[in-house]
Amino acid sequence: MDSVTSLIELTATGAAERVRAREIEPAELFDVYRSRAAGDDLNAFTWVADGPPTPGPAPDAPLGGVPLAVKDLFCTEGVPSQAGSRILEGYRPPYTATVVANLMRAGAPLLGKTNQDEFAMGSSNENSAFGPVLNPWDRSRVPGGSSGGSAAAVAAGLAPWAIGTDTGGSIRQPAALCGIVGLKPTYGACSRYGMIAFASSLDQAGPLTRDVTDAALLLRHMVGRDRLDSTSIEFPGEIELPHAEDLAGIRLGVPEELAGDGIDPGVLESFKATLKLAEGLGARIESCRLPHAAHALSAYYLIAPAEASANLARFDGVRYGLRVDADELTEMYSRTRAAGFGAEVKRRIMLGTYALSSGYYDAYYGTAQKVRTKIADDFADAFATFDFIVTPTSPWTAFKLGSKVADPYAMYLNDICTVPMPLAGLPAISIPSGLSAGLPVGFQLAGPAFSESRMLSSAYALERAIGFDGSPARR
Amino acid sequence: MIDRDQVLHVASLARLQLSDVEIDTMTSELSNVLDHIEKIRELDLEGVPPTTHVIDVVNALRADEPEPCLPVDVVLAAAPEPVSGGFGVPSPVA
Repeated sequence: MDSVTSLIELTATGAAERVRAREIEPAELFDVYRSRAAGDDLNAFTWVADGPPTPGPAPDAPLGGVPLAVKDLFCTEGVPSQAGSRILEGYRPPYTATVVANLMRAGAPLLGKTNQDEFAMGSSNENSAFGPVLNPWDRSRVPGGSSGGSAAAVAAGLAPWAIGTDTGGSIRQPAALCGIVGLKPTYGACSRYGMIAFASSLDQAGPLTRDVTDAALLLRHMVGRDRLDSTSIEFPGEIELPHAEDLAGIRLGVPEELAGDGIDPGVLESFKATLKLAEGLGARIESCRLPHAAHALSAYYLIAPAEASANLARFDGVRYGLRVDADELTEMYSRTRAAGFGAEVKRRIMLGTYALSSGYYDAYYGTAQKVRTKIADDFADAFATFDFIVTPTSPWTAFKLGSKVADPYAMYLNDICTVPMPLAGLPAISIPSGLSAGLPVGFQLAGPAFSESRMLSSAYALERAIGFDGSPARR
Repeated sequence: MIDRDQVLHVASLARLQLSDVEIDTMTSELSNVLDHIEKIRELDLEGVPPTTHVIDVVNALRADEPEPCLPVDVVLAAAPEPVSGGFGVPSPVA
C-alpha cells in the first residue's frame, strides 16, 4: 500500500492520533486531502482551499489538524457560502459560523465547502443550483440530501470528515445512502449562529463521518452554549468517545409505524439482521408504538416550509446576493426572488406562505404545532420503557438520478423515518448496517434529549458487530 | 386543493414573480401535496397545546449593552447597491 492510500484508509480519529504522535505532518495530511478534493469528480465540493491555513493548528490540538469539509450553508469568512442557491452565488460572508469556528479552534482546518440541496430543501441533492452530486457507490444514483456533498465527500475519501445540517433528515438520510455515519444532535446542542437558516425550530448542525468514533470526536468540539444563539444550551457533560463492547441491559423499541409498510424489502432485511446482531450483543428488543408518527411527515411539511417562508424573506436583493433591477421596490423583490430561487425553494415558500396566511393559519400551522406536541408525547412514553427507538434511516437505498424529481410528494416520502425526531428536538444517529443489492443501508437509533454519549456508545457496539466495509466507495 | 387565484395571491404575499407555466405547475403540485398533508386535520387535537419550543429553556436574557460590531464597509461589501454608508433600493413608489 502506498503512503497516500494508507493515509486515506485512516479514520479521522486515527489520523489525528498519528499527527499527535508526530508520525504524520498536518501539512502532509492536508495536501493529500486537498488534492483529492480538488480532483473531485462527484461534484461534492463547491469550493476547495488553496492550501493549509497559516499558522497551522497547534500540534497537540484535539482534532490533530485533520481537515474538515463544511456544508455550503455554513458561513465562512471570506469563503463562498452560497447554500446551494443562485441567489447567493459568489457570496463571501464577513463572519464565520460558531460551529465552524469551534472546530477550527480545536484543530480542524477548512478543506472545502460542500454541495447541497438549495437552502437544505431536498433529499437527493438534485435541487442544488450548482448541479447534482453523484453517489460514490454508483454514479448513476443520488447521494441523498440535503447534505449530499458532505456525505459523498466522506464516503469517497475526498474528506476525512464533514459537517452538515439536519432539519428533517438532511444529515442522516445522505449518511445512510452513502454508507457513512451521520448524527443529528439534540436541538440546541450546537449553535445555529452563521448557519443560513431553513427552519429555525428544527435546524441542527451535526457530523458526517466514516465511523462512530469520528462522529463522537467531532461532535465533542461542536456543542456548547453560544451567546450568539439564544436557543443554544450548554451540553450537560462532555461527549464521550465510545467504547461499549456490548448492549447488555439496553432496551430497543421498534416502532411498528416506521419499520414495516413502505420500507423497501432489502432495507427491511438489513434492518432485521441488525436487530439480530443487537440481540446477540445483549439488547432486549420489543416492538412499540409511536401512534402519531404517521402524521409527522404532514406536520413537518407544514412547519418547515412555514418557517422557511419567513427565513427566506431576507433574500430580497438589498443586502447581499443577486439583484434583478426594477424601477419599483416590490417589483425588484419579486423579480430577484423569481430569478434567484430554484423550483423546490419556490414550492416551499409558496406552501409555507399559504400555511401561514390569514384564514389558514389555525387549520395548517396551528394544527401542525399541536401534532408536534403529540409526537413528543409519543416519544416520551416510549422512552419510559426503552433506551432507544430504532428504525431504518431511509425507506430505500440510493435511487437513480432524476427518478423522483417529477413528483414532489414522492421525494418527501424519503423523510418518513427521519422527521419525527427533529419535530421533538431529539438526537438520532444513522450507521451503515450493510448493503442491499450493492448499495448501503442505514440503521437509525434515536434517544432522549442529550443522550448523545449513550447513543454513540450503543451505535459503536453495533458498528463493531456489523463490520461494514466502506472502502469500495473510496476507490 | 388550492386554485390558480389562491396561488397568485400567495405568490404576491411571498414577493415571488411566477411565470404562467409556473402558476399552472404550482397549482397542481401544491394541490397534490396539500391533499396528503390535509390528513392531519382529521386528528382530534382538542385541548392539545401547540409546541412552541422543543427543549425546556427559560427565557434567554442578557444585559443590553453596546458591543463592537462589524465595520460598515465590511457589511456593505456584498451589497448590490451600497449608497453613502447604507443599502440603496429602488423607489418604493412607482
